Amino acid sequence: MKESKFDRKIDDIGLKEGIAKLTPEKIQQTFQKFMDSEAGAKLRVYHETCVRCGMCSEACHFFVSHDGDPSYSPVGKVTQTMNVLINKKGRVDAEFVYKCAQIAYTECNLCRRCMHYCPLGIDTGYIMSMVRRFCHLLGVTPQYIQDTAHSHSATFNQMWVKDDEWPDALLWQEEEARDEFPNLRIPLDVVGADIMYSVIGPEPKFRTQLIYQAAAILHEAGVNWTMPSLPGWDNSDMAMYTGDFEMMGRLKRAHFECAQNLKVKKVVMGECGHAFRSVYDMGNRWCGWDNYPVEVVHSIEFFAYLLRTGMIKMKTKFPGPVTIHDPCNIIRGRGLMDELRFVAHEIAEEVIEMTPNREYNYCCCAGGGVINCGPPFKNVRVKGNKAKAIQLRGVKEKGVSTVISPCHNCHGGLEDIIHGYELGMDLKFLGDIIYEHMEKTKAVE
Amino acid sequence: MQDRSNWDWDPGKRVVLDTAKCSEGVQWMEELHVSPDGETAAAICCTDEAEFGICVNGDFGEDRYEKAICPTFTPEGKYVALVSQDMEWYVSVDRELWPEGYGFLWNIMVNGGGVAVAVQQDMQYGMCVNGETWENLYDNANNFTFGPDGKSVAAAVQVEPMGQAEIFKFQSGIFSVAVNGEPWKEQFVNVYTPVFSDDCASVACQVRRSLYDYTIAVDGKVWNKNYNCVWEPVFKPGTKDVFAPVRIAGKWGMAANGELQWENKWTQLWQPQFSKDGKNLWAIGATGFGKFTVVKNNAPWSVTFPVVTDLVLSHDGEKAAAIAKKSGDKYTLVVNGSAWAGDYDMIFPPVFSPDGTKVGCVAEKNGKYNILVNGKPCGESFDRAFTPAFSPDSAKVLVKGVSGTEYSRSVLDATGF
Amino acid sequence: MHDIYNFVVGPLAWFGWGVFILGAIYKLVYAYNKFITKDATSAHYMSWKFGLRSIGAWLIPFFTTGWKNNPLVTAVTFVFHICLILVPIFLSAHAILWQQFFGIEFFWTLPDNVADIMTLLVIAACVFFAVRRLAYPRVKFITEAKDWWVLLLVVSPFITGYLAYHQIFNYQFMIVLHVITGLAWLALIPFSRLSHMLFALFTRAYIGSEFGGVRKVKDW
Ligand code: HEM
Ligand code: HEM
Ligand code: SF4
Ligand code: SF4
Ligand code: SF4
Repeated sequence: MKESKFDRKIDDIGLKEGIAKLTPEKIQQTFQKFMDSEAGAKLRVYHETCVRCGMCSEACHFFVSHDGDPSYSPVGKVTQTMNVLINKKGRVDAEFVYKCAQIAYTECNLCRRCMHYCPLGIDTGYIMSMVRRFCHLLGVTPQYIQDTAHSHSATFNQMWVKDDEWPDALLWQEEEARDEFPNLRIPLDVVGADIMYSVIGPEPKFRTQLIYQAAAILHEAGVNWTMPSLPGWDNSDMAMYTGDFEMMGRLKRAHFECAQNLKVKKVVMGECGHAFRSVYDMGNRWCGWDNYPVEVVHSIEFFAYLLRTGMIKMKTKFPGPVTIHDPCNIIRGRGLMDELRFVAHEIAEEVIEMTPNREYNYCCCAGGGVINCGPPFKNVRVKGNKAKAIQLRGVKEKGVSTVISPCHNCHGGLEDIIHGYELGMDLKFLGDIIYEHMEKTKAVE
Repeated sequence: MQDRSNWDWDPGKRVVLDTAKCSEGVQWMEELHVSPDGETAAAICCTDEAEFGICVNGDFGEDRYEKAICPTFTPEGKYVALVSQDMEWYVSVDRELWPEGYGFLWNIMVNGGGVAVAVQQDMQYGMCVNGETWENLYDNANNFTFGPDGKSVAAAVQVEPMGQAEIFKFQSGIFSVAVNGEPWKEQFVNVYTPVFSDDCASVACQVRRSLYDYTIAVDGKVWNKNYNCVWEPVFKPGTKDVFAPVRIAGKWGMAANGELQWENKWTQLWQPQFSKDGKNLWAIGATGFGKFTVVKNNAPWSVTFPVVTDLVLSHDGEKAAAIAKKSGDKYTLVVNGSAWAGDYDMIFPPVFSPDGTKVGCVAEKNGKYNILVNGKPCGESFDRAFTPAFSPDSAKVLVKGVSGTEYSRSVLDATGF
Repeated sequence: MHDIYNFVVGPLAWFGWGVFILGAIYKLVYAYNKFITKDATSAHYMSWKFGLRSIGAWLIPFFTTGWKNNPLVTAVTFVFHICLILVPIFLSAHAILWQQFFGIEFFWTLPDNVADIMTLLVIAACVFFAVRRLAYPRVKFITEAKDWWVLLLVVSPFITGYLAYHQIFNYQFMIVLHVITGLAWLALIPFSRLSHMLFALFTRAYIGSEFGGVRKVKDW
């Protein structure tokens, strides 16, 4: 096979220092060990079975956005990485590992859109996550996402939030919210509550408003809920995306033990996509649980429930048309597209859809840990998702200036796209709109 | 420790507190906590805007705080909470405040008659035990533990500063273990779940030596083998031998002092626990994917469930009970390998009678709480119930629960189960 | 020439079939064992319902997203595979061989002129695939030498069979060449890209089970 040249190398300390420590022997031994002890039938059979028909190409927003550059197609990315590794039995140089890491960590969102296109059912996202695993084992990971994984390992949350900062943030939001809802509580460590509410690291760190809103909604709905005061509250999991599966398992164990100790029936989680994937699909499996050991309810489902049962009523609806960006990990990953539409129609006056949508949506290009690879790779995401920009512009021309997306990563990714392509649109979480427009019977005035 | 012989074991029901009585001038009352003997019921109450009081058996006392959180009873029946005044946090034990105020306090731990808590002072971290704070505080601390002597404490501490996103610095190992405030000289990438030996002279914990190598360290000395992953270590009672689940080639086994004792055949193996005499080693394990059970000395119970939690041993360590979650989000209790009949919406942690013949727990179904003894309902159902307790002769059971506004304790005959 | 013919349809044929069957069994058993041991966390989710649903969906031309978005490939691939499987089995000349070697009697065989056209269709499809590999960047980029060998391997029994049937060039020689390429075709199925024939049903069933059972969406 021809060694395709790779002319888009991006400087990253994590990758650079990572490969500096490698020797050909180390690479080869690590690969050998990886194949012997970790890779199973899936990777091998996918490798043998792919007939290189290229049908998956168009599935990928990277390929579409780069005007059909084949090096960005799903199979193109596999061809440049895992294929070479397997064919050469790991006899590659350090520079090649750099390329593998850059492709696997920053040019694939593990969004699995390509699964709808491959006639043989080859899971390219899985292959790319195995490339990541191999890079992790070699210590070649982008700096920022690796730092996030370190934060997870040291604090059990994504953002280096220290043990005290968490309850402190909750108490602060509780106090703020009491100005609006005099008796509002963020109940800490209530054993036997119905629901444990869980969030991701950035909420206490940068977006405390989201905790406020969630508390307001839960309070207004009269839900019997609680939040843990100790680590385990963060449901996110970047270790899953660096390929550090041992840490992924440790995080999920901590999260679920937290819920199990509180004896709650359900965990309701904030509007996040990848965290959801980590609890129903990946982290739970590493621990040996075939499903989440405590039911995890995504905000979409929870809001749908509150609206259906009338526990929350909308006073007004969001004015003007909105569009919906379907987060892959919740929609293609868990089939919540109808629930999302139910909620969107309940809370907004008009919904104008983009196509393709639902489980065929294009990823935001931030997911799969790509946004967590930090500033060096921002352009990769923005350029790599012209496809989304075109979709957004399409609905913008129909008068839509607000995008609903119930996923933190999507917000980050779409924000950059909206900015980068000067689309001038607003992003909203479902919670933003519900909080803004619901009936607040328990509030002052 | 808890001595139950002087509790009131006279049969019959007694209403201890009618919360309606303490609602006057109270904006809201938080969850009621009750002492192990059931004689005291306490709750944090919001008494005015941004003012909190503690209500103990209906008495509010004089003390008021800006905030009061994380209340709990010690086994001896002391009521502990974290309270804040003038932007400083204090530990309140039976309404008495420890002298020093802190930037923040959390994670109350009770053991051996003592109370310990995690502290943050001027963005430095450490612990405070029975009112005394560590001399050394650290850039960060977590994974706190409290020894059975009620005095010794340990935690994972960050011993070197690290700048933003300094991944290689982190990987060089900036965490250690501080025992009573003094750090080990060894440093690791990560440190988890330190635990004391019974004499509190030794500490063992999980350590991560590089991103890929996990092992156990005892008093700073690491085992001579690394593993793909490890879980929480335990000391064998009366010895310095440390046991821990270790992961080898994708499967879990149990190692002691670095030597594999249980072959690595388990899909999962965690929460190891020794009987007090050190004869039996118990754990929660999985015999296959999605098949959890209880393991005694490397032998699994014959039944498996999607989820098993809360492993509790009988006093002699020969028997055990654990909560099992079946498919369909239904819970049951499994005692010595057989599940109780009936499905519940929730089962709370079980307790054994001293003679080991009875197991009691709180079970909830459709919002009604019952005490179950050996699988059968015991006494009335409540709106909320607390962990039951057996009398020293195992003949009676103390049932504590709330119905409406009334909190009552009842001593019931436990011989019929 | 006759001796050679006897050799290729005799011992060599048994050898070819042997490699194909034993190779296929070996590959499948090996993969199955790896799957249930190393991929136990995936194997657990295999489901008949969702697996068959997925296979069914992808057997319908132009039904799935992948097929819809690649209409030309879809048309060609369906024709190609149908002919590719039917011709060798139901060709009247082969029916005699089935009878001779395995004692299998067919009630029906392909009329020769139909088989002839189908053979040409297969050859044409292979030309299409080849052109695609040369001309279409997205396919060109991922094409390895292996892919060309496979294509050549797949097409050669059809070309030689066609030439033999039409008695173009030396019949004896062609038929020997035909048998040799045909056997190579069979024998290499388990050991090349063609192993997708063995695995396709399983990879589909697996991903169908994951999407249907865990992710609760269609995988097409
Ligand atoms: C044991 C191996 C095989 C033997 C002995 C064999 C024998 C023959 C014979 C005797 C003919 C007829 C030629 C004539 O009419 O005079 C033929 C034709 C043909 N065979 Fe085979 N064959 C073998 C394997 C295969 C395989 C594996 C394939 C396909 C993949 C194949 C495809 C064809 C085709 C396409 C034709 C020509 C049909 C036509 O154009 O009408 N053969 N073969
Ligand atoms: C019986 C189950 C089989 C299934 C489900 C199957 C399925 C597929 C699919 C989905 C493709 C990709 C679409 C395309 O590019 O045309 C493909 C390609 C291909 N198949 Fe099969 N196939 C089967 C058997 C076979 C057999 C028995 C052969 C030949 C020995 C074969 C030879 C090929 C070749 C050569 C290609 C690649 C064409 C290219 O170069 O793009 N297939 N197959
Ligand atoms: S980004 Fe999505 S569509 Fe593209 S290769 Fe990765 S998983 Fe497939
Ligand atoms: S569609 Fe599937 S078989 Fe075809 S090239 Fe892509 S991954 Fe390979
Ligand atoms: S960030 Fe959103 S769109 Fe992107 S992969 Fe995650 S869920 Fe998908």
